[in-house]
Amino acid sequence: MQVDVVQWLFFGMLSVLVIGGALAVVTTRNIFHAALWLIVSLFGVGGLYVLLAAPFLAAIQVLVYIGAIVILIIFAIMLTRRLMGLREVPNNQWPFGLAAAAITFLVLSFGIILSSSGSTPLFASFREPVLAAVTSDSLRDLGVALVDPNQYALPFILASVLLEAAMVGAIVLAREEN
Amino acid sequence: MVDFLVSSGWDKNLAVIVASALGAVAVSSLGLVWILVSIWLERKFAGRVQDRLGPNRTGPYGLFQTFADVGKLLTKEDITPAGADKHIYNLAPIMAVASVILIFGVIPFSHNWIGADLNVGALYFVAVGSFATLAVLLAGWASNNKYALLGAFRAIAALISYEVPMILSLAVPVMLAGSMSMQDIVKGQSIAYVFAVPVSALIFFISQLAEVGRSPFDLIEAESEIVAGFNIEYSGMKFAMFYAAEFIHAFVICTLTAVLFFGGWRLFGFGTPGQELMGWITVWAKSFALYIVVMLLRNTLPRIRIDQMMGFNWKFLVPLSLVNFLMVMFLARPFTPDYAAADAAVAAGGLAAVIGGIFGNGFIAELPRTVVLLIANIVLFWGAVSLLRRYGAAQRQLIEARYGTPKAVAPAPATGD
Amino acid sequence: MVPLTAYLIVAALLFCIGLYAVMARRNAVAILMGIELMLNAVNINFVAFWRFLTPGTQATASGLQVGMAGQTFAAFVFVIAAAEAAVGLALIIAVYRNRRTVVAEDIDTMKY
Repeated sequence: MQVDVVQWLFFGMLSVLVIGGALAVVTTRNIFHAALWLIVSLFGVGGLYVLLAAPFLAAIQVLVYIGAIVILIIFAIMLTRRLMGLREVPNNQWPFGLAAAAITFLVLSFGIILSSSGSTPLFASFREPVLAAVTSDSLRDLGVALVDPNQYALPFILASVLLEAAMVGAIVLAREEN
Repeated sequence: MVDFLVSSGWDKNLAVIVASALGAVAVSSLGLVWILVSIWLERKFAGRVQDRLGPNRTGPYGLFQTFADVGKLLTKEDITPAGADKHIYNLAPIMAVASVILIFGVIPFSHNWIGADLNVGALYFVAVGSFATLAVLLAGWASNNKYALLGAFRAIAALISYEVPMILSLAVPVMLAGSMSMQDIVKGQSIAYVFAVPVSALIFFISQLAEVGRSPFDLIEAESEIVAGFNIEYSGMKFAMFYAAEFIHAFVICTLTAVLFFGGWRLFGFGTPGQELMGWITVWAKSFALYIVVMLLRNTLPRIRIDQMMGFNWKFLVPLSLVNFLMVMFLARPFTPDYAAADAAVAAGGLAAVIGGIFGNGFIAELPRTVVLLIANIVLFWGAVSLLRRYGAAQRQLIEARYGTPKAVAPAPATGD
Repeated sequence: MVPLTAYLIVAALLFCIGLYAVMARRNAVAILMGIELMLNAVNINFVAFWRFLTPGTQATASGLQVGMAGQTFAAFVFVIAAAEAAVGLALIIAVYRNRRTVVAEDIDTMKY
């Protein structure tokens, strides 16, 4: 029972980080602060990965998202601002955005809760999965999965080609015309 | 510790949490306490190299100099520049120090003494090091100062560029040990990896030096470069935190190199489970030896320009580390150490038994791979250096074609003093 | 133990907040941040389903196995997010150079 409390405690703290950071990203007026709250939110997501027994993904999350993508976003903010401290106001269609987001969330949570309880005939066969212990080394399995030709070697190679194309494209796009 | 708490009647999970918290406090205090010594050491060393005494007033041999400095910085007025973003301005030095102290959590100090034996330990400290990069960016932005921002831009460009060869050369001991856990990397080093892949060790050391911002890659925060770069507007305790972060970082990279390439808490046959304290002392001794190298580099080499730094990284270090990575990948596989065969060879007697007696059975198991990789590394290094010399000669010819060869200047006659 | 439903609800909430950011913010960089939030929500879903459904499934060498599908696709989402952030931000910088603005509403004509 005690272990349950600890797990729920950490899950609660991390969820607060994730959701709170995300809410701050979308509501804060200063766009630089929004980037910093994005860091908080992404860090919380990394913590959730640790809870979900995927430490490699947590490290990659911090390394790639916080250590590279957010720095890129901050660079873009610095290079494209007109005045320091220009306040960001929501645009004209924010009520529609709010309504759409709220409806989407209602539909999604409806589907999640209905399917987990198995109450409707559509989801009768689906039961809440029982949490099994992680038996093998997920890191090694992930490595094997990425290079095994029977598994995900082809998507892996395609992803690297995509990255190379994106790199070349980004350099060409952002180059000064001289 | 947990057993002690449980036996005094605490609840088991609470005991685990409290023991972990105390362990975290102990590990993080290590670095902070060590700076008190290392700053004094650095200044004395620099003094001696520069043919002067260094601090010798405050206390015997100037030992209390660091305390005096901390006292001065603590009593300075806490200024926040006008128009600066207060929260970010205060957050940046904290993040700089925190990111560096977090690295201590995965360093194995002995057979069982490690903060947290993560199975992704090698990736963890790279991820945490990227927080230091973020701290530099926040400091430059929050100071509301054009020069701080420019300094921060240059610093970030250098820092994220040097992460590439660092990760590539870090992948080599991970490949050789077959695991990302720092303890496993140390346990797999019956022969220290620096003897197998010296090129990787060198690239890792150089790129970590650049990550710290230590000479010769000083331009990130040197006083003559855009007036101290991103920490212009910081004074008092906040500047002290940046300063402390730099020193802790400089020491922790020596410890990392010692653990990843020089064998960590292993010393030939030592490092067995019974000799925890010897392992601890070995780690500190090895990192201290590397720290002396760092200090020597700081006091002897001139500073490198930013464009030279970037050119060095992208045109030399990255291709070299890529080629080294590929080479190790292909050559290490067929020679994977076979510990069972080594045990059989030692049991069979003869020369193998003699060597195994002195150095341990693992030594014999890893010997073929080490020799092959060492030869390949020497060939690679020789090739890289000859390419570099040819490049240097071509540059020199370009310059001499424009400006002519320099004439030999006769030395000024001695004026007799 | 924390049930799967809890993780899915958190992911759905994060997704909807990202959706709101994409639809209601003016600055193009803020829209990109909303997209990153949505990608993270999807990633949480992937990893949560992997953890609850196929955590210890060993991969065997016959046919396509789905043992590590969750983590593998989460890794691919990282790659895609990085590529998309790089290209998107390069686009924003290029647009800023031409139009001197990054407000999404002002960049809506192909002419002039």
